[in-house]
Formats: sequence, C-alpha cells, structure tokens
Amino acid sequence: MVTFIIRRLISGVLLLGAATASVFFFMHASGTNVARAVLGTNASLEQVEAKAAELGLDRPLIVQYVDWLTGVLTGDMGDSYTKSQSVSDLVLSRASVTLSLVIVTVLVTTVIAVVVGMVSARNRGWIDQVLQGGAVLGTALPGFWIALVLVTIFAVNLKWFPATGYVAFAKDPAGWAMSLALPVAALAVAGVSGVAMQVRSAVIELGQREFVRTLVSHGLPPRRILFRHILRNAASPALVIVSLQFVGMLSGAVVVEQIFSMPGLGRLAVSSTTTSDIPVVMGIVTFMVTTVIIVNLVVDLLAAWLNPKVRLR
Amino acid sequence: MTLTGTIAYTIRARRRSQTLARLMRNPLAAPALVTMAAIVLLVALADILAPLDPDATDLVNSLAAPSWQHPMGTDGIGRDIWSRILHGGQITLLGALLVLTIAVVIGLTAGLTAGYYGKWLDAAASWGTSLTLALPVMIVLLAARAAFGPNLFAIMGIFGLLIAPSVYLLVRNSVRGVRNELYVDAARVSGLSDARILSRHILAAVRAPLIIQAMFVASVAIGVQAALDFLGLGTSTGPTWGGMLSEGFSQVYKAPQLLFWPALILGLMTASLLVLGNALRDTVEDRPRAARRHRKGSAQDSVRSSDGGVPASGPGSTPSSVPADVLLAVDGVSLTYNTPRDGIREIVHDVSLAVRRGKVLGLVGESGSGKTQLAFSILGLLPEPARITGGRVILDGTDLLTLSPMQRRRSRIGGVAYIPQEPMANLDPCFTIGDQLTEPLRVARGMSRAEAKRTAEDLLSAVSIVDPEATMRRYPHEISGGMAQRVLIAAALSLDPKLLIADEPTTALDVTVQSGVLALLRRLQRERGLAVLLVTHDLGVAAELCDDIAVLRNGRIVESGSVEDVFYRPSAEYTRDLLASIFADAPPRPDLIEPASGGNA
Repeated sequence: MVTFIIRRLISGVLLLGAATASVFFFMHASGTNVARAVLGTNASLEQVEAKAAELGLDRPLIVQYVDWLTGVLTGDMGDSYTKSQSVSDLVLSRASVTLSLVIVTVLVTTVIAVVVGMVSARNRGWIDQVLQGGAVLGTALPGFWIALVLVTIFAVNLKWFPATGYVAFAKDPAGWAMSLALPVAALAVAGVSGVAMQVRSAVIELGQREFVRTLVSHGLPPRRILFRHILRNAASPALVIVSLQFVGMLSGAVVVEQIFSMPGLGRLAVSSTTTSDIPVVMGIVTFMVTTVIIVNLVVDLLAAWLNPKVRLR
Repeated sequence: MTLTGTIAYTIRARRRSQTLARLMRNPLAAPALVTMAAIVLLVALADILAPLDPDATDLVNSLAAPSWQHPMGTDGIGRDIWSRILHGGQITLLGALLVLTIAVVIGLTAGLTAGYYGKWLDAAASWGTSLTLALPVMIVLLAARAAFGPNLFAIMGIFGLLIAPSVYLLVRNSVRGVRNELYVDAARVSGLSDARILSRHILAAVRAPLIIQAMFVASVAIGVQAALDFLGLGTSTGPTWGGMLSEGFSQVYKAPQLLFWPALILGLMTASLLVLGNALRDTVEDRPRAARRHRKGSAQDSVRSSDGGVPASGPGSTPSSVPADVLLAVDGVSLTYNTPRDGIREIVHDVSLAVRRGKVLGLVGESGSGKTQLAFSILGLLPEPARITGGRVILDGTDLLTLSPMQRRRSRIGGVAYIPQEPMANLDPCFTIGDQLTEPLRVARGMSRAEAKRTAEDLLSAVSIVDPEATMRRYPHEISGGMAQRVLIAAALSLDPKLLIADEPTTALDVTVQSGVLALLRRLQRERGLAVLLVTHDLGVAAELCDDIAVLRNGRIVESGSVEDVFYRPSAEYTRDLLASIFADAPPRPDLIEPASGGNA
C-alpha cells in the first residue's frame, strides 16, 4: 500500500517532468519569436531584442528549462510576461473557477450516471433503448456544441440562467449555482453517457454472475443485492472511467469557460498561448497535470478500498 | 490457390456480406451511413454544388433569408452560408482524416508489436500511453497552436499523436487475446513468419474493433477541430464549421439563426459516425436486438405465470397424493429456454421425482441432460431466458411455484438451500467471509449483529473450519477452493434448511479435497437429518452417498428407484450404458473418510 503510493508518486513526478519539458521545448523551439509575440507586431527590432534579453530568452533552452524547474521546486513559478502578476498568484486565482466547474461536474456526472445506468440495466425494453440512444448522442456531440445549444435555448431565449459570468460561492451560493448550471450541464453530458453505459453493462454482467444467484438463494431481497453487492462490484471499473472523464473535462472546460466567459484556467490558457506567455502556460500545465495525477491516485486507492481483490501495483 | 484456401476465402467473404446485411438490419445503421455519406459527398463536391465564393462579402445582402440564390441565407456580412458550410467541411474533414491516419498508423503498429512481442516494448508503450492519458489534451493543443501558429495540420497531427494510445490499447489488448490461441500457435509451429502471422491471423482479429474505434476517433477529431476553430485557434484561412459557430455565437442575440446550420451539420456528422460505430459493434458482437423484447419475463415472472394458467400434468396428482415420507415432490415439471439463436426450446420434459425426508437423492446424467436446470427450477434460481411451463414443486405440502416473489424469498428460511458447483465464483469478492455469512442471518433471519456473528462462527466450526474467527475476517480470494466450498455449505446451513440441493459440489475442487467435502456433506446430512438432492455426473460419488437415484437423459427421467435397484439391477438400457462407461476403465474409488485436519481442505 505505502510502496504503491510511493511508486505512483515517483511515476507521477516523472510524468510531470516529461509533460512540462515537452511543452516547454515545444513552445520555444517553434520558430515563433517569443519576445516578438509578447510585445506585438509594432515593436521595433531593438525593443524585441531588449525584451528577449530581459526575459532571459537569449540563453540556451536547456538552461532556461533547468532555471524554470529549480524555480518550481523552490515554489517560484516566475512572473507572467504580459501581466504584472506572479504565475502562482495568477494560476491559483483562476483555479478555483475551473475546479468548482470540474468537481461539480464530476459529482453530478457520477450520481446521474449511476442512476441512469441502473435504470437502463434493470428495465430492458424501450427505456433501455432510449437511454442507450441518448448515451450514443451524448458521447458523439462535442461539449462546446452542447454548450452553445444550451446557451441559446436556456439563457438567450428562455432567460432561465445567466448566459455568462461566474459568481464566487462565498459571495452568493445561489448565484454560484445558477452560474454553474449550464456549464456543468454542457460538460456533464459526455461524462454521464460514458459512465452510465459502463455502469449499465457492469450491472447486467454482474447480475448474471454466480455469486448473485447464490445471494438470491440466501433469501436476500433483490434491492439489497443490487445496492449492496452489485453496485459495490460495479464501482471499481466505473471509477476508472470517471477518472478518464475527469481529464477530458479539464479539456472541455477550456472551451466551456470561453463560451460562458468564466474567468478560469481555460480562458487563461487561451489568452496566454495566443500571447506566448510561456511562464503562465507552464504554470497551467503543471497545475493540471498535478491535479490529474492526484485524482488518478485517489481513484486507484478508492477502487482498491471498494474491491479488495483489485491489487495495487 | 489451394482448395482449402478457396473454401476459407469463400467462407470469409460470405461472413463479411452477412455482417453487412446484419448491420443494415439495425434500425439506426442505415440512416447514419446515409447521413455520413451524404455529408462527405456534399463537402467533396463543394466547388460544383456551391459555386459562390464562400468568402465573398455582400454587405447589402447581410443576414438574408434563405432564397434560391442563397439556399441557407447569408451571414452578418452577406456571405453565402450554404457555400461556407460545404467549403468549411473540407478542412474539417481533411483534418479529421489526418488525425485518423496518424492515430491508426501509430496505434496499430505499436499495438501489434507490443502485443505480439511483449516485454520491454510493451512496458515502454504502456508508459507512453499513461503519459498521454494524463495530459489535458486541449492545453497541449493550445501550446501547439502557440508553437506552430495557425497551422491546422500541425495541430491536428499532434492531436493524432495524443489520441493514438486509444487505438494502441485496443489493438494491444486484442492481440494479447489471440496471441496464445491455438490457431496462432499452429501457424507458428507450421513455420509461418511473424510478419505473416501478424498480417494474416492477428490483423483479422483486430479489424472489426479497429474500425469501430476509428469511427470514434474521427468523431472526436471533428469535435476537437471545431472547438479549436471556435476558439479562433484553428486555421486562419477560409470558413470552418467551428469558425461559423463562433461567428454565429457572437451574434446570438441579433441573429441566432446563424448558429443553426453549422450546429446542425456538425451534430449530424459526429453523431452519425458514432451511431454507425455503435451499430457496427452491436453487429460484430452479435447482440440481436430482437432478443431483448423477450427478456422482460424474469424467473419470478415465469414462476407466477405457471400459477394458474398451466394445468398440472399427471392425472390425479394433488398435494394430498404426496406420500408422508416425501419432503419434496417434483411433479411433471417442464422447462423451456428462449434463446435468440434457437428460439423457444424445451429442455426439461415432464419430470417427476421425490426426495424422501432425511434421505439423499442422486440426480445423475451426462452434462447437458438438464440436471442443473432442474435443480435451479426447484430453487427458483432459473436465469432469465428460462421459463417453467408446467408442473409443480411441492415442498412439505406447499407448491413453491405458486408463491409470490416475496413469499418465495421468505420460504428460503427453513426451506431449500443451495450448494453451488464453483465455490470461488459464488462468493462476492468485495466482502469478507464474515460479512457474507452474517448477512443472511441478520437480513433474512432477523438476528442481531452479535448473535449473527456467534451463529456464523458455530456454522464454520460445524463445517470443520479450524479457526472460524480468522476465517471470518478473510476475503474470498484469501482462502482456498476447498475452504470456500465449506463456507458455502455453512452459508446454506445458516438458512436452517430441510433440503439441501448440492450441484456437483466437488467437481471444481482438487481431487485431494473432494473426498473431505463429500464426507462432510454426509456427516452433516446424518447429524442433522437433512434431505439432500445431489446433482452429479459422478456415479461413484452417487453410489457412495445416495439412498435413491434418478437418471436424467435429455431432460427426461429414464429410471429412478433405490440405489441398489438402479445400480445393481438397472432396467433402462441407458443406465446400463452409463454404468458400463464408468466401470470399464476407471480405478476403484477410495472410501470416503473425512480427514482429521479438515480445516486445511
């Protein structure tokens, strides 16, 4: 158990190193002049060179990366090229928006998916057919497409929800919920579809297992068998799908934040990549990959706790 | 081409055309295929079908309604929407094609090699896979866009790399699955080169899942590309669907209709790809849709349906006619299976048998004779496609088939208990032995937690488990098969049954453990005065344990009576054949003695 966590943390650190290094070299080695991109097209050549020297861009790439890495290890992620703010302040101030969006989406997704999956598995017939068809569509339609449709219908035409903006939870919980409703709905559709179908097939498959038959022979009520035994067994594989969906939701959040004008990491990523604000991009990558690694670790531990037969390797 | 080669080819070709025909029978497949083909065709022929320049502005005619000249109207600066939709699709579809090509080429090559050769290559590829799976794709694509500028094909190429692991995992796992199949071994032994085996045998196995995955990848690629264009990070030249959505969205209050056409075509394209892929999967996995309609009736339903409608077979067979020493009377039970392949088939025909109080009835017969299904119909544990079509199962004067599901569940206390064949598969892997033993005691028998724990420990001692307390804390995967079977016997006893139905209780166990479990069963039967219905194909076991024997063949009882009568004076030809087939070359069976150290079994 402890060795498992240590091994996973080591591989997580390696992963983080590989991811940040590839993005770093990628963004520098592209031939776009970073200083030029930062200053804009009107800057003179002298200004660009002065800026490059100021930002340390004239040094060899590997030196720059090691420099960045030592900074991160000491808790300093550098300053933004374009905004007068440190990267860690910038990223952390935006992270709460993206994290509330994604975490609420994961919770909503899990609850709905389990219900839909069970209903679908237990009512084979037209209900199942309709839910399955819905799941195929939910997987197929891009999240931002769904977001656009939702905004047009529920915000622009019906005016039930605000079309844009984000209200902090501490400021106004009800407003927070209203501002999250549509973005969460748009992001959750794909996840619900994927997880629900996983739950459905697991419930069907487990229902035919021999141990379930034996539980019936022991005189246990069907409801208890479903909720206590079948769901517990279905949980581990479903959790793995949830963790995969989580990574996908971080991607989806980029576009959804743009559509709903939410001041989150996704919008920051869009604006900082277009201005070649490399420290900010690196900060976002570091933050997101770290989050994914932590979530995956937690999911694995949870899966093992739910089903002791799952070996932690 | 050799003769066998020709035949094999013909069979394969026929199978392929059958697959296509089955696919088209899926109600969603044909519309999806037509939609997809139509969109691809429209986009490919954009220059002919939409001759207007998609970028020509005409401010006088902005936001024009659909007309003959502009079939979908014009946008905010008077550009022809029809032309923009068709031309915009070209870049989108080409980009998706690029993603698909890269993902399939890399995923297939890596998957085939890693799956076939394994070892370090497999480990390296797995690590690369988990790396890309942990990356938020959109952030990487944004970085790529910052690096390469508005070069759509570079960005989509990188997306192809990022999504290749999904193809890789699929191919690798499929190859792993068939790699050690006998026909691959045979090909290897007969000297075929690895390349030939890979391309001929293994590629054939991964083709169908690969096509399905490709549809999924294409659908996702189109969505991602549209998203990038929507963010204004895609290509900077010419119209795209995502770009049109973005333009429409910026004017959503003024002209929401601008969103309609690009949203429609994008939705249709991605959805038809995935619907088609799903239909294909259903077809390949041979999940006939028609079968589902018949599934509604559960085992419980079939029990209820036999309540009034079906007349009991056998003249004059009323509960009162059951002799007093008979605990369980199976009276003219028939049972059908409804499978999509064979339709409705009767597999147990008008079977009657009697288990006497405190005695052991052996139900013997070959595998496939219907023994287990008959046992399940007594237990009320038939799987869904099975249905009891007639007869009665009378336990102590009550016809179990007439009980409601709730009554049936209650009747399991002090009724019929079940000892399964495969002990490991019959314990829930998520719960400890203690949990599983105490649950029926608490839930079905209403004991308190402490009482249930004490009873469970006593039961474990009764089945000769040495350290009940330690065993209670273990999970099923932490105990041996013989131990698991003892646990299941204890669980059956916990219901305080009058009748035990043991379905091949030792077949799945090691030979060394078998005799111990059989001796345990006999001891319990004698100590507790239980009646037992022992389902077995092992006539030696039956002779050792049973008082009475019923011989089942093809779902019919061919002979029944006392063990002496049936085994020493068989009247049916079939029984004689069965006996002859065993005693011909089998070694004599050692006596059943319960080993002293039973706890280790």
